[in-house]
Amino acid sequence: MAARKPKLAVWKFSSCDGCQLNLLDCEDELLAIADSIEIAEFLEATRAQVRGPYDVSLVEGSISNDHDAERLRKIRKQSKLVIAIGACATGGGIQALRNGRDVDEFVRTVYAHPEFIDTLATSTPITDHIPVDFELRGCPVSKYQLLEVVSALLAGRQPRVPRHSECLECKMRGTVCVMVARGQPCLGPVTQAGCGNLCPSVERGCYGCFGPKESPNTASLADRFLATGSQRRRVREMFQSFNAAAPAFAKEAERHEPR
Amino acid sequence: MVCAVNKHLDARLLDPAGADELVRALQRRGFSVIAPAIEDDIVVLREYGPADTLPRGYSDTQDGGSYRLTRTGDDRLFAYAAAPQGFKRVLWPPRQTLYESRRTADRLEILPVTEEPKKLALFAARACEIDAIAILDGVFDNGDFADPGYWARRRDAFVVLVECGRSGDTCFCASMGTGPAREAGFDIALTEIFGNGPHRLLARAGSERGAEVLAEIAGRPATAGDADDRNRMLAEVAAAQARRMPADVAAILAANPEHARWNAVAERCLTCGNCTMVCPTCFCSTTEDSSSLDMSTATRARRWDSCFTIDYSYIHGGAVRASARSRYRQWISHKLSTWHEQFGRAGCVGCGRCITWCPVGIDIVEEANAIAASSA
Repeated sequence: MAARKPKLAVWKFSSCDGCQLNLLDCEDELLAIADSIEIAEFLEATRAQVRGPYDVSLVEGSISNDHDAERLRKIRKQSKLVIAIGACATGGGIQALRNGRDVDEFVRTVYAHPEFIDTLATSTPITDHIPVDFELRGCPVSKYQLLEVVSALLAGRQPRVPRHSECLECKMRGTVCVMVARGQPCLGPVTQAGCGNLCPSVERGCYGCFGPKESPNTASLADRFLATGSQRRRVREMFQSFNAAAPAFAKEAERHEPR
Repeated sequence: MVCAVNKHLDARLLDPAGADELVRALQRRGFSVIAPAIEDDIVVLREYGPADTLPRGYSDTQDGGSYRLTRTGDDRLFAYAAAPQGFKRVLWPPRQTLYESRRTADRLEILPVTEEPKKLALFAARACEIDAIAILDGVFDNGDFADPGYWARRRDAFVVLVECGRSGDTCFCASMGTGPAREAGFDIALTEIFGNGPHRLLARAGSERGAEVLAEIAGRPATAGDADDRNRMLAEVAAAQARRMPADVAAILAANPEHARWNAVAERCLTCGNCTMVCPTCFCSTTEDSSSLDMSTATRARRWDSCFTIDYSYIHGGAVRASARSRYRQWISHKLSTWHEQFGRAGCVGCGRCITWCPVGIDIVEEANAIAASSA
């Protein structure tokens, strides 16, 4: 192990802080993390800030204004490794639902003083703006995957974060398929595993929080939803959630827009 | 255990209640009995507990991408077809720790994980399932290497066959030559005869220990008429199977690697891997390492893997099978064609699970027949 502890920074952009909270939620493991790593920036946990450069930056949130885009580029310059964490950073987040809509109208409707709002027309993933070294999916990220990535970095090995479907997680756990056995629409076959099988294990179809899996065949799955009784609007909305700007999901949702 | 079939015991007749008695007789002998049960409208396989009885009056409707449990309105024990997950996960669990290592002040300690031999009884395995276990036996002991974890669970496993009295809607064991009748590979075989004389179980022993257990269960000798009833029923079950695999499918698939049908199925295939997970003979696994945060310990584990993932064919420089077309073709070709070269038989037992549990209902028999129909 290196004599100097690696410096870790945690950064927030447009997001709900839920992924950072999952890092805090590591509780039992936090002391071990603090023993192995110097936490240089993590405002959710401490006001203490240490100047860069950083060995590892965890970046939460999406880019929704010019200022943030500039701040992100500076973080990239100061960091050896950048890891995008969570659906906002990797797929634009729920706020990407505004993409392609009339943002000025939203601002006028929501804010008493629209003139104070300085925002881009789109919310885009971190990965659209800078090269990242690793993407950790999820809304929020899984604390187990977060610990795995940190452990892997410390050990200098590849993180064990497979990009296959959520279906494998169901089958390995012994969860019976909610789509086949109960007729529920489920995004599991096009969604990356890793959540810990949260929804299917309580007989709910997958919401796609972990974003598109490798080679997602969204069209075939959506056609199946339609053929088994789902309304087209409902199918569109399934792909328009936490990973709305992830290209595979955005493209599928677009296919079901009213003409 | 070979050649045991004829010598052990003449067939006996049990009352339906004899099935639960049989389970309890196995438990008295120290077996942990894995048997069917109903949980949340699904047939599951789980350890038979003190308060359990075998489910009665359940059947199912199965189709491509659809499974529903139904009630029969009678007290039949085994009217349902293949359960969502077979006995594979009992003998070959989805995750197994292989070893742990620990760093001490001056060296690295390797701590092997050894599995104690288990006394498992696999209760109500269907003919296709027992055929699948025979395939796994060959995979996990090829003469050069025997997998210790698999054999710790398998070696003493007591197998109770149930011959199917009804063919599931996606079954095609008859055309694979794996069922519904079976004459070997079990300790005890049960055939439920219903609707033709009294409701009864025809029981046969396939091993000496099977004969010993069976002798403890109240019953009476079976007659030639009972044996005729069994044969007639099994012939009807086989004849009821609408799906039939082409007899020469191995050669047909081998001759058509560029068939247009591969493109058509790739349009539908989700590459989700469900077919491989539910397949009773898919045995692929991958090895994963993990390490503790303080880097004092590391663990090597094995977990199920699927040829439908991209990582599966990843070698230096990239994945060999990047397209859905190549991954689907790899799976079906291995199962039905190249398996013969590797293991001397087909890797498919006709249980139909890959059809039922494919979320979009891709049908291995339909795909094979489509290619056969317009073969090069």
